[in-house]
Amino acid sequence: MWELTFNTGIQTSKVAGRIVVVEHHRGDSEMTDSDRGTQRDRDSAKLQTEERNVTIHVAVSVCALPTLLAYLSSSWGVVAVRAAAFYMFTQQSLPACKPVLTPEWVIMTFLFIGFIFIPVGLVTLRASHSVVEIVERYDIGCVPEPFRIDKVSYIQDDSIPKNCSLSFKVPKYMKAPIYIYYQLDNYYQNHRRYVKSRSDKQLLHGQNQHGISSCQPVEVNNDRPIIPCGLIAWSLFNDTFTFIRNRAELKVNRKNIAWKSDREHKFGKNLSDQEDLIVWMRTSALPSFRKLYGRIEKDLNVDDVVVVYLMNNYNTYSFGGKKKLVLSTTSWFGGKNDFLGLAYVFIGSSSVTIAIVFTLLHLLSPRH
Amino acid sequence: MTQGRIRARLRLSHLYTFACTRPEATEEGPHSIEGPGYSRIVHCNQPLMHKKKPFKYRSNYISTTKYNFFTFLPKALYEQFHRVANLYFLAAAIVSVTPLSPFSAVSMIAPLVFVVGLSMAKEALEDWRRFMQDIKVNSRKVKFHKEEGVFDYKSWKKLQVGDVVKVEKDQFFPADLLLLSSSYEDGICYVETMNLDGETNLKVKRALEVTLPLDEDASFKNFTGKIKCEDPNPSLYTFIGNFEYDHEVYALDPSQILLRDSKLRNTAFVYGVVIFTGHDSKVMQNATKSPSKRSRIERKMDYIIYVLFSLLLVISLVSSIGFAVKTKFDMPDWWYLQPQNTDDYYDPRKPVLSGVTHLITALMLYGYLIPISLYVSIEVVKVLQATFINQDIQMYDEETGNPAQARTSNLNEELGQVDTILSDKTGTLTCNQMDFLKCSIAGTAYGMSSSEVELAAAQQMASDLEDQDVERSTDFRQKGKQQEIELETVVISKDEMVHKSPIKGFSFEDSRVMEGNWLNEPNADVIMLFFRILAICHTAVPELNEETGSYTYESESPDEAAFLVAAKEFGFEFCKRTQSSVFVRERYSASGQTIDRWGYQCTIFLKVLWASCREFKLLNMLEFTSKRKRMTVIVRDEDGQILVLCKGADSIIFDRLSKNGRLYEEDTTRHLNEYGEAGLRTLALAYKRLGESEYSAWNNEFQEAKTTIGADRDLMLENIAEMMERDLILVGATAVEDKLQKGVPQCIDKLAQAGLKIWVLTGDKVETAINIGYACSLLRQGMKQICITEISSDAKEVVKENILLQITNASQMIKLERDPHAAFALIIDGKTLAYALEDDVKQQFLVLAVQCASVICCRVSPKQKALVTRLVKEGTGKTTLAIGDGANDVGMIKEADIGVGISGVEGMQVGNAVMASDFSIAQFRFLERLLVVHGHWCYKRIAQMVCYFFYKNIAFGLTLFYFEAFAGFSGQSIYDDWYMLLFNVLLTSLPVISLGVFEQDVSSEVCLQFPAVYQQGPKNLFFDWYKILGWMGNGLYSSLIIFFLNIIIFYDQAFREEGQTASMPALGTTMFTCIIWALNCQIAFTMSHFTWIQHLFIWGSIATWYLFLFVYGRLSPSISGNAYQILVEALAPAPIYWLATLLVTIACNLPYLAHISYQRCFHPLDHHIIQEIKYYKKDVEDQRMWTRERSRARERTMIGFSARVDAKIRQLKGKLQRKQPSSEIHSPARSA
Repeated sequence: MWELTFNTGIQTSKVAGRIVVVEHHRGDSEMTDSDRGTQRDRDSAKLQTEERNVTIHVAVSVCALPTLLAYLSSSWGVVAVRAAAFYMFTQQSLPACKPVLTPEWVIMTFLFIGFIFIPVGLVTLRASHSVVEIVERYDIGCVPEPFRIDKVSYIQDDSIPKNCSLSFKVPKYMKAPIYIYYQLDNYYQNHRRYVKSRSDKQLLHGQNQHGISSCQPVEVNNDRPIIPCGLIAWSLFNDTFTFIRNRAELKVNRKNIAWKSDREHKFGKNLSDQEDLIVWMRTSALPSFRKLYGRIEKDLNVDDVVVVYLMNNYNTYSFGGKKKLVLSTTSWFGGKNDFLGLAYVFIGSSSVTIAIVFTLLHLLSPRH
Repeated sequence: MTQGRIRARLRLSHLYTFACTRPEATEEGPHSIEGPGYSRIVHCNQPLMHKKKPFKYRSNYISTTKYNFFTFLPKALYEQFHRVANLYFLAAAIVSVTPLSPFSAVSMIAPLVFVVGLSMAKEALEDWRRFMQDIKVNSRKVKFHKEEGVFDYKSWKKLQVGDVVKVEKDQFFPADLLLLSSSYEDGICYVETMNLDGETNLKVKRALEVTLPLDEDASFKNFTGKIKCEDPNPSLYTFIGNFEYDHEVYALDPSQILLRDSKLRNTAFVYGVVIFTGHDSKVMQNATKSPSKRSRIERKMDYIIYVLFSLLLVISLVSSIGFAVKTKFDMPDWWYLQPQNTDDYYDPRKPVLSGVTHLITALMLYGYLIPISLYVSIEVVKVLQATFINQDIQMYDEETGNPAQARTSNLNEELGQVDTILSDKTGTLTCNQMDFLKCSIAGTAYGMSSSEVELAAAQQMASDLEDQDVERSTDFRQKGKQQEIELETVVISKDEMVHKSPIKGFSFEDSRVMEGNWLNEPNADVIMLFFRILAICHTAVPELNEETGSYTYESESPDEAAFLVAAKEFGFEFCKRTQSSVFVRERYSASGQTIDRWGYQCTIFLKVLWASCREFKLLNMLEFTSKRKRMTVIVRDEDGQILVLCKGADSIIFDRLSKNGRLYEEDTTRHLNEYGEAGLRTLALAYKRLGESEYSAWNNEFQEAKTTIGADRDLMLENIAEMMERDLILVGATAVEDKLQKGVPQCIDKLAQAGLKIWVLTGDKVETAINIGYACSLLRQGMKQICITEISSDAKEVVKENILLQITNASQMIKLERDPHAAFALIIDGKTLAYALEDDVKQQFLVLAVQCASVICCRVSPKQKALVTRLVKEGTGKTTLAIGDGANDVGMIKEADIGVGISGVEGMQVGNAVMASDFSIAQFRFLERLLVVHGHWCYKRIAQMVCYFFYKNIAFGLTLFYFEAFAGFSGQSIYDDWYMLLFNVLLTSLPVISLGVFEQDVSSEVCLQFPAVYQQGPKNLFFDWYKILGWMGNGLYSSLIIFFLNIIIFYDQAFREEGQTASMPALGTTMFTCIIWALNCQIAFTMSHFTWIQHLFIWGSIATWYLFLFVYGRLSPSISGNAYQILVEALAPAPIYWLATLLVTIACNLPYLAHISYQRCFHPLDHHIIQEIKYYKKDVEDQRMWTRERSRARERTMIGFSARVDAKIRQLKGKLQRKQPSSEIHSPARSA
């Protein structure tokens, strides 16, 4: 218990707003020191000479904020406790939690981390393993043999048809929805020049002459603003994919692949339907990225052969970027991601190891 | 003013022998004043002459401000942009208005304006305070000669050279004056030079004979004269000049010069001519410029900033080279960037231009490495810390109503790193009040009260023995008991003292001699003689207080006043002094029974309460000088008996005793040793009876010598005086306590235990200083005192050689010392110090001084105090703290790393210590709490705070750099501008401020109980390069973990069940969330003290981040851009977002956690152990362990009473072991 003797009389006026509370420590436990004793004598002597107007006893156990709050709510003690709290604040003696990393705590903490992390890691790994993923690279395969020496001129030559097909076997049963991604490599969507070159205003409000200065260098064409303007929109990915299974076309749902808020609030009427643009406009953080193309809403069985007819329009050849087509199911936490689980297991087990080492060290050379 | 008139009739100079007599004729002609350095000409009483050149000198206006109205802006701005970091941010702010900036201009300019504005406002406020102080001083009034013998008042600042002024009693001199005449007929006056040199005794100044007639207002009607003298210089003790008056030229010397800021005492008025005004005056010339002080940590911080700058430059260069390379080689292939369409810096054809421009962008982008908010945060934290210091009730002095005050807040943490304390004595350690405490008369010791030192030592010893009893074997206990009994008497008398109403200057207590009881003592005659010597042998002047009817005494030294008060209490009241007589009112007249002893007739009767005024004819007075160390008066009592009464330093008196005068020598010597040990100032008293013929023979010789003209006159006088002071008979000894301020010995003891070195620099005499050294336990018996003194020789070289030799010998002695407990004390006086401080000697001197446990410098001038401080500061490279109360301490207070002023009783002082100080406290004892508690806390707080700041900015700033490598070095940031802006302002600032303001490794009580914990500061355990680099490494590690874990988790896979992949805003936000969590958890692990405030700030910061993200996401997309709805829609529903946050947070902190756990468990620091003991409540349960730990936690110390007690115990133990040859070998090692 801390007994707080609180006084608002003479002293207050003398010390100009300083509120004086003399603090007694619990019992005599702290009175081990003679200095402390004399200090106390001084304090009590001081008190004797002064009026004691209010004396309150506040029970404040260490780390007992709730107790203080409880007192604050009680009608009588509010002002006094506030003053007392303020005094303790200025004297830097507020009740405080002083956690100390004793060996027990250390060992317990590390064990605790371990026991949380390892199971979480294992659960995550399991979820990751349940994901089936098919990755097919097609940027080279889709260039006819004769053009492979100069792929850039092939892709830039509009007269050559760009259609191409590839087929793959489904290795495992894939439960719908199956997400279709295109993956580009070595493509700097995060380049500053690229990221800045857009106009959110124009995207929302449509034709707008004013907000397009940020779209440099793709803002106007023959003095008419380009809609949508900017490098991002201008460089929209335009390969298309058609999926055939057992000669029947697998329907690809290309709706709801963008964020709802993007569709509804960031892109205006004319553009909100172009969900591929909206997805594209969400620039990626890294030069290698996947973007959602659509969904297949039918399950794929093991050994199903899927043929993809695609239009290989997009030029990644000039900068040597790869193009891949990805089909993937998801688990509760997204796509195939072993790393997260492994990291959890690693951290968890190193934490347990540390705990064991500490225990051993502690047993070998106990302190005190 | 009847009293004044009586005094005015005195010609004291006829009585004085040494100090102020000068032969009637000027034996030496005027000084030959030619050449440079002696160009000043003053036309007395013709101030108009000094209105224009060439006699126009500086006005008497003084200014101590740094700036004036016009220079403030440029000068203060210059000061601000002196800081490299500020300059960098200025450049950044300028660039931010160009398109090169990666951020918006406001986010760069606003913080800079805030930081600089805040600092400048602080400067302005401080200067304003100085300005107000100057105004106060400048507008003081003084009487000056207006015209036609009429005097009028004008303010100090308007005073001009040549003005004749009249200064009245207890006024300060407004400028350096030539004394013309005083209220005394012989033109002497008393001056107190406390403000100049700290000496408390009064000094006598004496006017020239020729100007003596100018002693009333009217006589200045036609007065003119011309002074030719030296140019303004800072030397307080020299003056060379000539005074032309009435077609004659007279030489002037320092004894005619009244210095500005000294005070006229004991003299009704003086007339003087102004010679030096304002900044030309000696005291202002002595003023050292107040330097802007910066703490050690702050200076080191600059280096760290340089390191970070280099890092910044390196990564910026890497970025820009990377960018240039990418732009040149890869960019042409990146058709989606339309490289053919570029204007400026994206042009692949101009890679150098892109490199250079990108360098600027990069410097700004990575600017987060340089924590601009660090300066603001530190300012805020320091102001709050200062508020805590100001508010501390335990440093509030109730008597004066003065709280402690941190006058400049930028040195708080320096308080925790102090290594050497340089302390003034008078007014700081002592109250400058002498208390007559004990005496030894005729071989019997009287006086029951004990000195403060004895009390405290006894207390300490008693408690120490208790401790030891527990550990000691029974044999020792027995011994211990014995000691306790010895101590009891001392301790008991303490309680009695409390009840007594104190008489100022008199704490004596002994019923055997009080109330006339001495008449019943066996040696009553000797006792009476003793009291008579006290009442007669002095130079004081009584002053009747008309209200109370009692006398107060004006004396040159406070000792004499104490003696007179004592004599009065004993019934021998000194009541009147005339030209030739001293009158003593004796309350207990004695008559009847006659005892003849040593031929002195003394009659003793029953005590009668009857006051008779006895007249003692004063025949000669041989007064006190520091060289003679004694004072003698020759008087003729009412019976016609001639007596020689002498008082002086014991060694001097004992040398001059006659064979049959040594009856009490042995006992008295023993008593004197006891007194000395108890820290009292002692004097021995002796007398002798003189036959008429013997006297007249001597007197003739003496008068002859007095009128001799020649160089050896002084020597002759001294020799003749010596002849008289011979064959004396010892009467007894006095012990006076130079009252220490409350709690000083305890405080010094604690400070010594905290490992601080304490030097005393005083303007006082060597003996006084040594006594105080004893009183404060800075010196003790058994300590080897090294006194460095100068030999008297004319050749400067010889003196210096000799001093150097002494220093070398002493160093050698210390080196050869085998006893590990041996302690040395160095005592040196001002004149010697002048040599020791010369460039070629000072290093050796310092080396010697550092090896000594305590150093006492006596008779030092203010300038020397500053020089000594500088020597220690620069020579040892450690932090010095100077503490003092008077204007004479201002120099050292300014010079030291930290200056502490005692805000004492004397409020009005020109440029006083408090004004110049960085901290002011009301009493010396508060220094303990200021250093050991606040200093320790502030040091650790600031150190940890700065370290954490660097950690946090490195951890954050480097993630920006890593991202560049993935973004083609294009200068794109992965975070939203707003995140970056809020990072320093809102999201991480409050926790670190709470660390800086509220962190306590151990509570204040524990700090005081374990003073050794303080050593963490001077040893700089928390801000050395290991620590700093460790934190930087931690930052690097965290940045790597934060960036790469996130990148790997999010780089291509869908992060939600709905299949969306993470875009740049999503990844950036996740990463930022990880940063916020990791950094705030890190600070939580750093702290060891959580009040609700810390909890609120730390967890509140994290909550604020989510809140911000939520609100920001809610705003219209035109404001929030890509962050629109990011938390609600994209991140919060994704478990991977939370899993990543947890993973990264723990991964970042795990190594640190392991490190501190390891350190705590296997290499604990002091405070770790204490925390743990406290945590387990061992202090409650296991008292013994607590005490043991406490005594262990003392620094090994050579000074303070703990050391004294230790020494005593060692001594006792030694004796004991000798007594018990073989049985007792075991001796528990004491704390070390």
